[in-house]
Amino acid sequence: MRQALEGSQAIAQAVALCRPGVVAAYPITPQTHIVENLAKLVADGKLKCELVSVESEHSAASVVLGAAAAGVRAYTASASQGILLMAEVLYNIAGLRVPVVLTCANRAVSAPLSIWNDHQDSMAVRDSGWIQLYCADNQQAVDTTIQAFRLAETLELPVMVCVDGFVLTHTLEPLDLPEQAQVDAFLPPYRFSRVLDPHHPLTLGTLVSPDDYTEVRYAHHRAMLRALDVIPEVDAAWQQITGRSTGGLIAVEGPEEARVGILTLGSVFGTLADARQLADAPVKLIHLRSFRPFPVAALQRACQGLTELIVLERAFSPGAGGIVGAEARAALMELEHPPRVHNFAVGLGGRDVPLEILERLLAATGSEPTRFAIFDVDLSRLPEEER
Amino acid sequence: MSTQEISLEELRQRQSRFRGLEAGHRACLGCGQALAARWVLEAAGPDVVVANATGCLEVFTTPWPESAWRVPWLHSLFENTGAVAAGLEAALKVQGKTAKALAFAGDGGTFDIGFQALSGLLEREHDVLYVCYDNEGYMNTGVQRSGSTPHAAATTTSPAGRARLGKRHLKKDILAIIASHHIAYAATASIAYPEDLKRKVRQALLITGPTFLHLHAPCPLGWGHDGSLSVEVARLAVQTGLFPLIEMERGQVIGVMPLRTIRPVADYLKLQGRFGHLFRDDPRAREELEHLQALADHNIEVFNLRADRPDPADSEGADTVRRGRRRF
Ligand SMILES: Cc1ncc(C[n+]2csc(CCOP(=O)(O)OP(=O)(O)O)c2C)c(N)n1
Repeated sequence: MRQALEGSQAIAQAVALCRPGVVAAYPITPQTHIVENLAKLVADGKLKCELVSVESEHSAASVVLGAAAAGVRAYTASASQGILLMAEVLYNIAGLRVPVVLTCANRAVSAPLSIWNDHQDSMAVRDSGWIQLYCADNQQAVDTTIQAFRLAETLELPVMVCVDGFVLTHTLEPLDLPEQAQVDAFLPPYRFSRVLDPHHPLTLGTLVSPDDYTEVRYAHHRAMLRALDVIPEVDAAWQQITGRSTGGLIAVEGPEEARVGILTLGSVFGTLADARQLADAPVKLIHLRSFRPFPVAALQRACQGLTELIVLERAFSPGAGGIVGAEARAALMELEHPPRVHNFAVGLGGRDVPLEILERLLAATGSEPTRFAIFDVDLSRLPEEER
Repeated sequence: MSTQEISLEELRQRQSRFRGLEAGHRACLGCGQALAARWVLEAAGPDVVVANATGCLEVFTTPWPESAWRVPWLHSLFENTGAVAAGLEAALKVQGKTAKALAFAGDGGTFDIGFQALSGLLEREHDVLYVCYDNEGYMNTGVQRSGSTPHAAATTTSPAGRARLGKRHLKKDILAIIASHHIAYAATASIAYPEDLKRKVRQALLITGPTFLHLHAPCPLGWGHDGSLSVEVARLAVQTGLFPLIEMERGQVIGVMPLRTIRPVADYLKLQGRFGHLFRDDPRAREELEHLQALADHNIEVFNLRADRPDPADSEGADTVRRGRRRF
């Protein structure tokens, strides 16, 4: 049913439709509305689950780990400092191959303190072994949240659904919330192959010597690569039921014959899509929905025929440069005629990404490729010696 | 690793004494924790799910692909055991299962790094029995001081030397902190008194809600005594008053194990290398000894440990007697 909902409210309802057994979370802006909405659903008797209001994000992640291992669907959400505080547990969940779902309401990381949106938090845990899916709008946030549970449980891998803080979480958008019956048809009851059960006692989380460690890591990597097939399959199954696709690994918009492409993650995609339509610009917009696993082949396909690729990202590695940019460049090197890659960090700590950005980006492709630059740095705001 | 479906009833019949922790693990000779964990599970039975913190107990029982556990068991990290156990419990509850969630952690995982998660577990009243296996130091990483290391004990990070006489700070009074969470049951126990220990486990498991057991478990390697003396050392800790065996309900002391023969702390300390420096000919060492004796005396007064008259129920040692409450 089409309705206008705030992103957080829509995500909470999507989670509830998945019938989680345990939800654990700790408040942090801009994730708070998600858990507050879930708490309200529980209080109203609309969602029957154990809601564990923990004393920290470290514990939130630990509670869902324990719950999922003991046999129930489990969900948590966080952002920024919370994601970093969880980091140790995130690696642990992934290494144990426990299928939980987490919403990251993307926010900058302190210092300097900022509650506003960028992707430094989820990028900081990109190597933790979680699947990471980015959402371009709130419809995608709803659909991806529901798909995430099926993905996680199929692959026994945790899934992080990345949703831009404020830009999506606090924005009212018209969207379709699926019916309970649709979700029930799509998402089978929770199952975990190594469930902790006194009738069938298993030991989880053992000490692994160098004889086996490499193989366990290999198996994890393989499972992540298998997700490259399963992510589009799950999206296709969702499309069969609802008629909506989120693009699978990568979504492409714009003319096939375009020579210039822009690769981005999250809500900036929506801004660029509007700008492209307004200017009727001949650019291909590429949304990297799956950042982990990194869809090398799909990206190569999407970039076939491009001469210029602009990679826009909302985080970077100080002293090195773009994160997505470096990975995209490496992937495209394998093409016979790789596009030139221009890599920019934009929208840091909530800096607005206006419609006019498209025009300025396109202008930038006229000169030598920028290996990496932070877009729109206003040097006049810095003391002389820092410029 | 192959496992086999077997009913709990069948399991109980096959093993008159349930062994949740099997022999063949890799603990040191005389490891107090190994003994303690075996007894805890003997009392708790098979219908449990265990969350275990990083530490010796975790490491010596689960070198992949082996496991000494006959109960479902999950090790996640060092400091999150309280939270993992809370997750287990929430999931068991949602599924309507009868199994009880247990949390096992060392003193480092309890007093120090895992304290926040433990406090949260107690405050939120999860139905979990949390067992702290207290060997008074970070033993897994090679005997470093913890918040539980007793005053004046030497560890690798609180060594005894010319300028310092071991740990400068006091052992944290964890039970008092636990008690201030108003939980229904908290107790101390020792591997020297197995029947008392097991009774306390059963007592705790009768309660729905968080319960806490603080188990004193000597570590021959870290404490510097012969492995054959672990039980003796543990007994002396109790008999000197340094580790009183007490039970608390909702923050009130409701039972203590009385001491018929109170031993001087020196009897306990001199068996252990970690206190060896206190027996040097040095006035500061003598002062520390007096200090430790005063701590023991304080416990004896505060908890009224002196068994001033023979207890009719006291046939053997002090280990089966409780004041004011029935025997299990
Ligand atoms: C976050 C973190 N910090 C440090 C460690 C290293 N470490 C592993 S076990 C341990 C000490 C365990 O001490 P305790 O809890 O007392 O258990 P014991 O080994 O003495 O039984 C330490 C410091 C770790 N695993 N994780």
